[in-house]
Amino acid sequence: MKTDRRNFCALSAGALTLALAGNRVATADGHAVEERIAEFTGGAEAATGTIELKAPEIAENGNTVPISVSVESPMTADNYVSEVMILATGNPLPGVATFKFSPMSGSATASTRIRLAKTQDLIALAKMSDGSVFSDTKSVKVTIGGCGG
Amino acid sequence: MANVKPRVKVPKKAAAGDVIVIKTLINHKMESGQRKDKKTGEPIPRKIINNFVAKFNGETVFEVGVEPAVSANPYFQFSVKVMESGEFTFTWTDDDGTVYDTAKSIEVS
Repeated sequence: MKTDRRNFCALSAGALTLALAGNRVATADGHAVEERIAEFTGGAEAATGTIELKAPEIAENGNTVPISVSVESPMTADNYVSEVMILATGNPLPGVATFKFSPMSGSATASTRIRLAKTQDLIALAKMSDGSVFSDTKSVKVTIGGCGG
Repeated sequence: MANVKPRVKVPKKAAAGDVIVIKTLINHKMESGQRKDKKTGEPIPRKIINNFVAKFNGETVFEVGVEPAVSANPYFQFSVKVMESGEFTFTWTDDDGTVYDTAKSIEVS
């Protein structure tokens, strides 16, 4: 088949689709992360500050990376942190965990251990009871990936 | 899983109004669904604990929506403000519908 200009376009479009699809399987692309953020915030603009995400700078083993998140809040019945979502931008699936607090939590802090496939940025988003959203980002270097072969 | 054993650390005593720290751990493989069987190349189906709930005297105080990126043997640490004596109940829900639970009581003076 002679590749003239017309079917060259069709071919390259196909190749591009394939490349994009391949990328999606390998790691969560920016699109999936943005989708999750939009779903969580409901369109509200995320401000910085108030929330602090703690994670090691270098994680030797991506299978268990200890992280903790804390949000400054009086945690009273009408002013508290309702949810905190953690996202890993470089994992095959960006979602990590969503912590749901209540006024009875006393302080909005939580820690857990997570898997990281490779060196990447972690995003923590906090949603307050009044609907405002805060975020924090931490970059973690991973020596050994944690998502299996 | 036959021998899933939840472990929870709650202080035995506290003063009213104290913010106490609770640590929970449960043994579970947390199969992410991303791994492949090395011999057959078939993907290993996902099997994780997808939800964790802590209740105090029947009221939900803390909940986690868990996704495959949480490590094997999921560990959660969180805090609760206690005003009265009572009982904490903890439940973990598996992808296959199994529920693992345990309870701990606290004396508040």
